[in-house]
Amino acid sequence: MLRFLLRRSLGALAILLLISAVTFFLFYAIPRNPALLACGKGVCTQEQLAVVEHNLGIDKPIPQQYWEYMVGIFAGREFPAGSCPAPCLGFSFRDNRPVLDTILDRLPTTLSLAAGGVVVFLVLGLGFGMVAAWRRGTLTDRTVSSTSLVLSSAQIYFLGPLALALLVYNNQILSQPGYFPITEGPGAWFAGLLLPWLVLSTIFTAQYTRLSRAALIEQLQEDHVRTARAKGMGRRTVFFRYAWRGSLIPIVTVLGIDMGSLIGGAMITEQTFALPGLGRLAVDSVTQSNLPMLMGVMLFAALMIVVFNIIVDACYALIDPRVRLA
Amino acid sequence: MTTTQPAAPGPEVTGRPATEPAAEPFLSVRDLRVRFGTEDGVVKAVDGLSFDVARGRTLGIVGESGSGKSVANQAILGLHNPKATDITGQILLEGEDLVTARERRMEQLRGNKIAIIFQDPLTSLSPYHTVGQQIAEPFRKHRGAGRREARERAVEMLAKVGIPHPARRVDDYPHQFSGGMRQRVMIAMALVCDPDLLIADEPTTALDVTVQAQILDLLLELQQEFGSAIIMITHDLGVVSRVSDDILVMYAGRAVERGTVHDVLSRPQHPYTWGLLGSMPRLGGDVGKELVSIPGAPPSLLDPPSGCPFAPRCTFRDEVPDNLSCADDRPALPDGRGAACHLTGERRTVLFTERIRPRLL
Amino acid sequence: MTTETAETQPAPAGTRTPLMTAEGLTKYFPVRGGFPIKRTVGAVHAVDGLDFTVHEGESFGLVGESGCGKSTTGRLLARLLEPSGGTLTYRDRDITHASRRELAPIRSEIQMIFQDPYSSLNPRQTVGTIIGGPMEINGIRPPGGRAARVRELLETVGLNPEHYNRFPHEFSGGQRQRIGVARALALEPRLIVADEPVSALDVSIQAQVVNLLRKVQEELGIAFLFIAHDLAVVRHFSQRIAVMYLGKIVEVGDREAIHQRPRHPYTHALLSAVPEVALEHPDGTPAEPPRERIRLQGDVPSPTDPPSGCRFRTRCWKAQDLCAEQEPPLVRIEGNAEGHLTACHFPEAGTTLAADRPEPVLPAPVEP
Repeated sequence: MLRFLLRRSLGALAILLLISAVTFFLFYAIPRNPALLACGKGVCTQEQLAVVEHNLGIDKPIPQQYWEYMVGIFAGREFPAGSCPAPCLGFSFRDNRPVLDTILDRLPTTLSLAAGGVVVFLVLGLGFGMVAAWRRGTLTDRTVSSTSLVLSSAQIYFLGPLALALLVYNNQILSQPGYFPITEGPGAWFAGLLLPWLVLSTIFTAQYTRLSRAALIEQLQEDHVRTARAKGMGRRTVFFRYAWRGSLIPIVTVLGIDMGSLIGGAMITEQTFALPGLGRLAVDSVTQSNLPMLMGVMLFAALMIVVFNIIVDACYALIDPRVRLA
Repeated sequence: MTTTQPAAPGPEVTGRPATEPAAEPFLSVRDLRVRFGTEDGVVKAVDGLSFDVARGRTLGIVGESGSGKSVANQAILGLHNPKATDITGQILLEGEDLVTARERRMEQLRGNKIAIIFQDPLTSLSPYHTVGQQIAEPFRKHRGAGRREARERAVEMLAKVGIPHPARRVDDYPHQFSGGMRQRVMIAMALVCDPDLLIADEPTTALDVTVQAQILDLLLELQQEFGSAIIMITHDLGVVSRVSDDILVMYAGRAVERGTVHDVLSRPQHPYTWGLLGSMPRLGGDVGKELVSIPGAPPSLLDPPSGCPFAPRCTFRDEVPDNLSCADDRPALPDGRGAACHLTGERRTVLFTERIRPRLL
Repeated sequence: MTTETAETQPAPAGTRTPLMTAEGLTKYFPVRGGFPIKRTVGAVHAVDGLDFTVHEGESFGLVGESGCGKSTTGRLLARLLEPSGGTLTYRDRDITHASRRELAPIRSEIQMIFQDPYSSLNPRQTVGTIIGGPMEINGIRPPGGRAARVRELLETVGLNPEHYNRFPHEFSGGQRQRIGVARALALEPRLIVADEPVSALDVSIQAQVVNLLRKVQEELGIAFLFIAHDLAVVRHFSQRIAVMYLGKIVEVGDREAIHQRPRHPYTHALLSAVPEVALEHPDGTPAEPPRERIRLQGDVPSPTDPPSGCRFRTRCWKAQDLCAEQEPPLVRIEGNAEGHLTACHFPEAGTTLAADRPEPVLPAPVEP
C-alpha cells in the first residue's frame, strides 16, 4: 500500500509538472499583453509599458519565466509589488497578493461543494440503483429507470435557475444558497449548500442510478452469485453480500473518470448560485486576464483530480482482493 | 434406479465396487418439463424427464450441450428465475415436491440437504470473500453455528478435501489457489452440511486431466465417508464410467437410455448412445479406423421433432416396424433398464453386436 | 496392441523431408514490476528450448496440460510470435527472426485453425469472403475463379456450397469449425497449425471434425502441428507425438511408442489419468487389459519460476537429488525405439498395463 502511494505520488507529480508546463506555455502564448491591460489602452507610453512588463516579470523569455515560476513554488519569490513566500504559485497584480492566498480563501467553498456533491450522488444514485435492481421489471424499476434517463440530460445551468425560482423564491422550501464556513456553524453551511449540492448532483445521480442498476443486474448473473443461491443464502444476503460488492467496481472506474466533470460542474454551480469558489475565481480571472491567478486555479484543479484518482485506485484494492497495489 | 437388474456377471467395468440399489428412491423426478420464454419463442430445455436416485448411489447424466442435463438439475435446486421459466412435473425429495415448494423452503434445502458443484471453480467462487467465509457460511445458516465453530468446521473440511495447511489457507481468497485446489474448495463448501444429495455439474471439465483424476478420486472417497447420493452431470462417458453406478443418457431435453454403467456402456441399446461411444477416440482403439461420428447436429429446442428427437440423425430409422414412425410417434423410455427407441429389443441387440461393436473395438 | 504394424514403424530417416525444424526454440514473456519504475523483473518461461522436426505430410501431435506451452509453440511455428531464442527452419530457410516482408511468401504456406469456432470467424463477413479473402490478399487466381474454388472447398469440408453467402452466426459450432478448415485450406498450405481444433465441440461433432481433418491430411498430404490436451484425440490424429510439460518436451516418439511404451513418468501419469470407457468383447471379457493407476500430487508449478533440473521432479514419485541438480537431456535412452526420445534420469518401464505395476502410485496423504 505504501509503495503504491509512493509510486502514484511520484506519477502524480510528473503529471502536474506536465500540466503546469502546458498551461503556462498556452497562456503566455496567447496574443494578449497583460501589461497593456494593466495600464489601460492608449494611456501608457512605451517606457511606462516596459516598466509594467518588468514589474509583472513578463519581459523575459517564456522558458525563463517558467523556470522562475517553478523555482518560486519551492523557494518563494519577490515581486516589486510584494513578496510571495513559498510555495508561490505566482502573484496577482489585480489584488496585490500572492495567488495562493486567494485560492486558499476560495478553496473551502469548492471543496465543500464537490465533496458534498459526491456524497449526495453516490448515496442517491447507488440507492436508487439498488432499489431498481432489487425490484427489476416492476413499476418501481421502470419509474426509476425512466426518470433517471430524463434527468441524465438536465444541465446545471438549466436546472439551477429553475430550482432557484421554484424552491427558493416562489415556494421558499429551501433557504437562499450561499457559502458559510463550516467553522462558523454546520447548520448554516449545510443549509446554504443544500440546493447547490442537489443541483450539481442531479445529472450524476441519474447516471449513477443507471450505472448501479446495470452493474447489479450483471452481477446477479455471475456464477458466484448463483453459487451463493445454491448454498441456500437468502435473497437479501445474495444481493448485498455478493452482488453489490462486485457492482462497485464499474462504479469506481466511472467515478475516477468523472472527477474532471465534477470539478467542472462545481465551477458552473458556483457561477449559477454566485458562490465564492474557485469556479468564480477562474471565470473572473479570465475576464480580467489575470493569468497568474488562472494558472494557479488550473494547477489546483489538476491537483484535486490527480489526488482523487489515487484515492479511487486505492478503492479498487479495498473492494477486490485480487487487485494488489504495488 | 428402482428396478435395475443386478449387475451382470463378468469383470467390473468401472473402478467402483458394485453397490446394491437401495429400495426406496431418495429423489424422484417425474415428467419434468422446463421451458424458457425467449425472444425467439419458447425453448423446451427439458421435455418430460423422469429418473430416480437412490440414497448413497451415483447417477451419471450424460449428454451434449443443449441436452437439458444442467437445466434439469438446476431445477432440482430451484435456481431458475421463476418469472422467465415454466416448470411442470414433480421433483420429489423424500416425498416432498420441490417444484411447488416455496422459495423459503428451498433456501432451507439448498446447501443443506442438496448441494451442487459447478463446472468452473474460478467463476463459481466469490472473489470477494475468503474460502473460509464461503465454506462456513452455509454451515452457519443451516446449522446455526457460531463464527468460531463454523470456522473450525471450514478448516476441517479443507483438510478433508486434501488442501495442505488448511488452518493457514482458510483465510486465503480463491484466486490464491490453483484450479484443482479451487475445485476442492468448491467440494468442501458443498459438503459442509453433509448433504444427502450432491449434484456435480461437469465438475472436472475445466480441469487438466491429471487434476481431473485427483478430483474424481476425491469425490468417490468422500462419498464413502458422507454417504451422499451423487448426480454426476458430464459429457464425458469416461468420467461417468469411472464414478457412477447408473447412467441416464439425455438428448434434446429427454432421457433416451438408462441402466447400470455396465449395461449401458457394454450393451448400449439406443442409437444415440452408440453414436456417442463411436465418436470418442480411445487410447486403446484402432487408429486405422475412422471414428463413427453421428451425422448432423442436435435439433433446435425451439421446435423439437414431435417424434423421436434423434430420428433426423439416426442411421437406423428405416428399420423400425412399419406401424411406428420415428418422426411422429414419441418413443417411451421404460422404467429401469431400457432405451427410448422404436426398434425392437432383438433388432437393437443384433445391430449392436453385428454392426456397432466391431467398429468400436 | 503390443505387436507393431508396418504403419506404426517409424519410417527410416532420410525418406522423410523436414518441413519445419525447431532447435532450442524458446519464448519468454517478460513479467513487469518493481519499484519505483516498472521494469522487467522476470519472465514466464512459456517455451524453453524445444527441439523437434515436423516432416512434409506428417501429423505431429503436441500434448500437455494447460500452461505447458503447447499453444505458444503453435504460434511460434506460425510465426505469429517471434522466438526469444533458438532457431526455426522452414524448408531450409531460417525464419526465426524473419521480417513481415520476408515472411509474406511463407504465410500462405502455414495456416492456423483455432479452438473457438465462434470468435475466430469475422461475424460481419460472409462465408465466401472468409474463405476467399486469403486468396484475394495473396493474389491467387484459381482456374475457374475464386468463387468456384470457395464452393469446391465448402464441399471438401462437408458444407453445402449454396451457403456461400451466409454469415457465420447461421452455422452451428461444428459447421463453423469446418469453415475454419476451409479457410485454412484455401491457400493450399504445406503446414497447418491446429490449436485445440476440436476441444470446444460436443463429442458427436468432435468426431466429425476429427474425421474431416484426417481426410484432409491424408488426401492432400498437408503436414499438421496438432495441439490438444486430449491424448486419445492426438493419438487418433498424429503419427508422431511430443509430450510437453512446463515449456519442455519430456518425451517424443511415434504414436505407439508414446501410448504403449512410454518411458517418462509424466507420460505414464497423463495416460493413466484419462478416464476411459472399458468395452467388452461379445463373450463379456474386457476388450483391453486394465491400465496402471497413477495419481499425481498437486498442480503444475508456475512457469515464472520453474523447478531446477527436471521440471517434473516436484510431482514425480521417482525424483531423487540428481533430478534437482541436472536437467535430463531429451535423448534416445536405452530400450527406446528409433526416434523415441525421453528426458528422464530414472525412466519407467515401457508399459502402461496394471499387470506390470500392481501397486498404484498414489499421492501421500495431506498432513492436517
